[in-house]
Amino acid sequence: MKRMSLVALVLALALAFVAVLAGAMLELAPAAIDLRLPVAAHLADSGVTHPVTAVLLNYRGYDTLLEIAVLLLALLAILAVVDDAPASPSRVAHPVLQALARLAVPLMIVVAVYLLWAGAFRPGGAFQAGAVLAAAAVLLHLVGLLPGWSRPRLGLRIGLAAGFVLFLAVAAGLLTQGSLLQYPPAAAGVLILLIESGLTVSLALILAGLFLFLSREDEA
Amino acid sequence: MTFAFDLLLALSLLWSAWRTLATPRLDRAIVLFIVFGLLMSLAWARLAAPDIGLAEAAIGAGLTGALLLDAYGVLRRRRVDR
Repeated sequence: MKRMSLVALVLALALAFVAVLAGAMLELAPAAIDLRLPVAAHLADSGVTHPVTAVLLNYRGYDTLLEIAVLLLALLAILAVVDDAPASPSRVAHPVLQALARLAVPLMIVVAVYLLWAGAFRPGGAFQAGAVLAAAAVLLHLVGLLPGWSRPRLGLRIGLAAGFVLFLAVAAGLLTQGSLLQYPPAAAGVLILLIESGLTVSLALILAGLFLFLSREDEA
Repeated sequence: MTFAFDLLLALSLLWSAWRTLATPRLDRAIVLFIVFGLLMSLAWARLAAPDIGLAEAAIGAGLTGALLLDAYGVLRRRRVDR
């Protein structure tokens, strides 16, 4: 009986919260500044034709720069707690699963490249492309075709940092000509594609690393 | 037609969220969480935000689901060892 009344109380509180939330959303004041018009007005100078990519990599480029820095830091924190033990050989999955993964991974790589390229003019971009690549790596690991990673060697370290370093180099190079990450309109498209390519590789390695560095068979 | 689809989507979102939290078995909860993520990315696409939908499908449903399944596998093997 006491339990029933408790459930009723929680349910009533949850319903009241939903009602307040819905009310607050319906009463929401219009935004103080409408940024849609300026975004659309300067789209021609941004080097891309998709407004989301223009905001992420041109107007608010430093946000994206800091995002990749945060992801890199998260991976460094994981590397600090990963022990030095060599990765154990991964389990071998069922041959059908392996064959399916072998079929799926090339397709996923094609999809990632397409997403990267399409980011300039339609939904897509470096983050989605990197996530698809990372998912391909995780898939290979789960079916036993890709062993877990131990301490990264030089090549992997360069790959992990490349996106951030490339982004930073472009930012530093543009600093001499004006303010931070203010691309000249003529070169903006090429610069954004360059940065996004670097970001895709690094993001794929970082996201896959979050999985593969921690994925160990040795249990305590 | 679109309204019926949206209604169905919203209801299945709520249902899968509830089942994810309420189901007693961990493996089923993870699978339901992946289903919830995929439905969520559909909802983002319906809200005219395909960019977020793509990110949700790749990161929310794909990578997080794989991480959770892997963690579940390790937990189960540990329980068998004991």
